[in-house]
Amino acid sequence: MPSLKDLKNRIATVKSTRKITKAMQMVAAAKLRRAQEAAEMSRPYAERFNAVMAQLAKSVGDSDNAPKLLAGTGKDDVHLLIVMTAERGLCGGFNANIAKLAKKRADELAGAGKTVKILTVGKKGRDSMKRGYSEHFIDHVDLTDVKRVGYEDAQGIAKNVLDRFDAGEFDVATIFFSEFQNVVTQIPTATQIIPASFDTEGKDEQDGAPTLYEYEPSEEEILADLLPRGVATQIFSALLENAASEQGARMSAMDNATRNAGDMIEDLTIEYNRSRQAVITNELIEIISGAEAL
Amino acid sequence: MAEAFTFDLVSPERRLAQLEVSEVQIPGADGDMTAMPDHAPTITTLRPGLLRAVHSGGTEEYIVSGGFAEIGSVGVTVLAEQALPRREMSQEIYDGMVAEARRAHEKAREFHNEPGPVDDAAKLLSDMVAIGGHIGLTPSQ
Repeated sequence: MPSLKDLKNRIATVKSTRKITKAMQMVAAAKLRRAQEAAEMSRPYAERFNAVMAQLAKSVGDSDNAPKLLAGTGKDDVHLLIVMTAERGLCGGFNANIAKLAKKRADELAGAGKTVKILTVGKKGRDSMKRGYSEHFIDHVDLTDVKRVGYEDAQGIAKNVLDRFDAGEFDVATIFFSEFQNVVTQIPTATQIIPASFDTEGKDEQDGAPTLYEYEPSEEEILADLLPRGVATQIFSALLENAASEQGARMSAMDNATRNAGDMIEDLTIEYNRSRQAVITNELIEIISGAEAL
Repeated sequence: MAEAFTFDLVSPERRLAQLEVSEVQIPGADGDMTAMPDHAPTITTLRPGLLRAVHSGGTEEYIVSGGFAEIGSVGVTVLAEQALPRREMSQEIYDGMVAEARRAHEKAREFHNEPGPVDDAAKLLSDMVAIGGHIGLTPSQ
């Protein structure tokens, strides 16, 4: 049975914890709004880009001299997994879910006899992937100092990846990130970025015959120019989705923590009051029995 | 006043403009072009340069670099990797852009066996410097 003083101290501790989690929740809420705005701002670019790329890919993709970024290297022996997570923890299952998905894929690929290479973005993912998968680990991109992800960050990552691709280090690249659905739901997602795949599904193609464009310079040249940019664009949207997801996950995790702390304070207060009463009763009994003994 | 069409300028980070315009001058990779209503549908890549959009209230100017422009039946969409309104352009930003192009050029020159990338980087650099000439800035050495 803890003493009254112990109980009081514990209540004070839990109360200050609750204050912290509450503050973190509110900070996450504010950041989430900004992250969501950023994600929305980037959407028109990504959508138009993909639409044009899909069109170009359709007309050039089948020819023999299609760029490698689109057609692939012709093999799929070496897979690069780009695991994008947060720099910081305390956001529920956010980092763990992404890492879990990536590990599952790594195991599958390794089981099928493929070579797996892992590149991580975000400290938490690195820590997690280094455990048990360190032999596959090749590089890490640090974004600790980045307050707000910009397109340059995505370009940096894309350049890293493309240089490796040009050097023939891998055949297929897949990015792992969390897609933001809403505050409570973030879906860990894997998207293949090299060779590029553009899903044109979901878009209605019913607005008559596709427009016939003139290309300047040629279709091939435009495609060769745009494909590397496409990689950066996809990484950029993934980074933004991730940022929004992270804040969303942190917000709900901290909301839960705040609620748990509240419950705990209630329980502890009840316990405290009970033992206080017990102490008083004890004292009374002592006084009464003392008086009777006289 | 000529017939108007929509002009969109988007960069990965934000939408810079959505206007009703009468003509757009685009710095295409193979040369400048001006899009007016009923232009043939065209897709062109961009070189670093000055993009002008003429609308009823005047002319908007933007510095763009990288990306492409899509001239369609309903309007012009420019997807630029870097884009900013001319009035936001400062000497520092300009120096940064030129320095980046210069670095890319230096780097490309290290690989002697392939002329392609070097030429591209040199062109990028000179385009960057040329922008300065258009807007009255010179790269500080």
